Amino acid sequence: MVANSVLHVADVHKSFGGLKALSDVDLNVEEGTTHAIIGPNGAGKSTLLNVCVGRIRPDSGHVVFNGEVLDNHTPFEINQLGVSRVFQTPEIFSDLTLLDNVMIPAFASRDGAFSLRPFSKLRHEATIREEAEKTLADVGLEVMKDREAGSLSRGDKRRLELAMCLIQHPKLLLLDEPTAGMSRHDTNRTVDLLKTIKERGMTKVIIEHDMHVVFSLADKISVLAQGRIIASGTPDEIKGNPKVQEAYLGGAH
Amino acid sequence: MKEMLNREPFALAAFSLVILLMPIWLTPFGANYPDLLQKFAIFAIFAMGFNILFGLTGYLSFGHAAFLGVGSYAAVWSFKLFTMNVIPAIFFGVAFAGIFALAIGYVSLRRSGIYFSILTLAFAQMSYNLAYSVLTPITNGETGLQLTLQDPRIIDNAFTTPGAGLPETNLFGIDMSGYPGFYFCAVVLIICFFITRRIFNSPFGLTLRGIKSNQNRMGYTGLNTRPYTLTAFVISGMFAGLAGSLLAVTDPLAGAERMQWTASGEVVLMTILGGVGTLIGPMLGAWLIKYLENIFSSFNEITLEHFFSFLPEGLQSFAVELASLFVGEGWHLTLGVLFMLIVIFLPGGLMEGWRRLLRRFSGGGGGKSEPAAAVQPAE
Repeated sequence: MVANSVLHVADVHKSFGGLKALSDVDLNVEEGTTHAIIGPNGAGKSTLLNVCVGRIRPDSGHVVFNGEVLDNHTPFEINQLGVSRVFQTPEIFSDLTLLDNVMIPAFASRDGAFSLRPFSKLRHEATIREEAEKTLADVGLEVMKDREAGSLSRGDKRRLELAMCLIQHPKLLLLDEPTAGMSRHDTNRTVDLLKTIKERGMTKVIIEHDMHVVFSLADKISVLAQGRIIASGTPDEIKGNPKVQEAYLGGAH
Repeated sequence: MKEMLNREPFALAAFSLVILLMPIWLTPFGANYPDLLQKFAIFAIFAMGFNILFGLTGYLSFGHAAFLGVGSYAAVWSFKLFTMNVIPAIFFGVAFAGIFALAIGYVSLRRSGIYFSILTLAFAQMSYNLAYSVLTPITNGETGLQLTLQDPRIIDNAFTTPGAGLPETNLFGIDMSGYPGFYFCAVVLIICFFITRRIFNSPFGLTLRGIKSNQNRMGYTGLNTRPYTLTAFVISGMFAGLAGSLLAVTDPLAGAERMQWTASGEVVLMTILGGVGTLIGPMLGAWLIKYLENIFSSFNEITLEHFFSFLPEGLQSFAVELASLFVGEGWHLTLGVLFMLIVIFLPGGLMEGWRRLLRRFSGGGGGKSEPAAAVQPAE
């Protein structure tokens, strides 16, 4: 295990029935880096993220976050440790306003997994409200803050979900195709936003198909194919790796 | 929007005014007699509490009448054993309903959706049947739990000698029948409104709404939903217990039929009719149903003939014939038709109708800034 590793996935196996979704997956994400995971469809990328956030338990192997083994942690405990996740299909509070959507995670970070103060007033939570407005401004949604989240376009929902994660100032941010379904313009904005987060020192794991996004963000890339990590390294190393080219061209058909 | 005005004192004052003046403004509707007014206040509390669970978290309980029944039994026992003062009775009603809700909620909330509803329904029916069978020593079975002359009433009897007849429930000497009983229930309702409003406007209430909207996201947001839903369940159970004890305050007897599933279903209807998740909608729904139940059901052919007397002979008897299906015994038909109309055309209940009216009259121009302000228009 590397000294400054934030996330360490150690020998993780996961099968669904006869299908081996993940086998022998070993991954080290170093602090402050952006680690991209690429690979053809069905390679097990989303399963890997699901294992990291406690949605799926591995058949064997461990996930270690900041020195803590996450074997028996529920999703909310993992989030409280400092892991936030953006989903492939946006998971937002569709019936609530954008501001409320961002305030709920902010309360979760400040007050913990359960806090019973039924008589304290939202009106008095000026600090959280301001922070929520600022975070919405960061992702470019501040003008819509009083709109119902369900009425947003797909791309805006993604940005809202990103804001919901960012307001928690997670130590580790997991992004599952954060720019899928976005226009080129919105994609570039999101990439710029993710770059500024990098300057703040947040560690990120990103699953992405758009190679333009991957190569403009990633410090390190791991390639997943048929549940195995077939290559890991800097973007330049990955570009020249023949196994990767084979997986992408040969594995897709 | 920036400097947020504190609307709380205004909302409370307006609400109190409406409630306390009910005997006056309900006069034209023929609903200004204390017995019905008490029911209006009590079932408003029941529905308001139910809405804290159903309206905020989305968990649909089909067994809330059980808590109403527990509240009634506990209150009557307090009258029998200790004192005719209503304060201890209410305390015991709320406390026992709370404990009961904690136990049932702990088990039922392990499931969500229809499974949760079925579990609560099963628990309530179990309580109902137990009240008729093994628990007869506590519930007095079919006869219902009543006051008797032999009751110990230890606190009262220590200070006064019992009179010849059955004593009345009282609040430090004020008899709780008739209008005093209504005003007592009204004050309790106002307190409940205050509590509910605070819950709605707190981070806790916001979290409950998040659970209703997307429970999956809650977990990945670092929130443990189980204690939140359980708290909401217990609070709404305590509201139901409070309503049940108030029923006993205004009329000190408790029967198992109060716990039947139809009673649980009624509070669901009230909430949906009025507007799920709105602050005062459930109360309006409760009033509508209690009004239909008490006023519509008392209409008979003579009232109808009088009402349609402006029509020619043949037409009059036809109209009376037709209308009599919907009144008297047939008031359930009116309720059913009304319920269908509201669910189909106003899925948000009476409150949605109110909101639409407001929007129409405030004009299309101010439409953009409206939604946030229109959420609780009647405050």
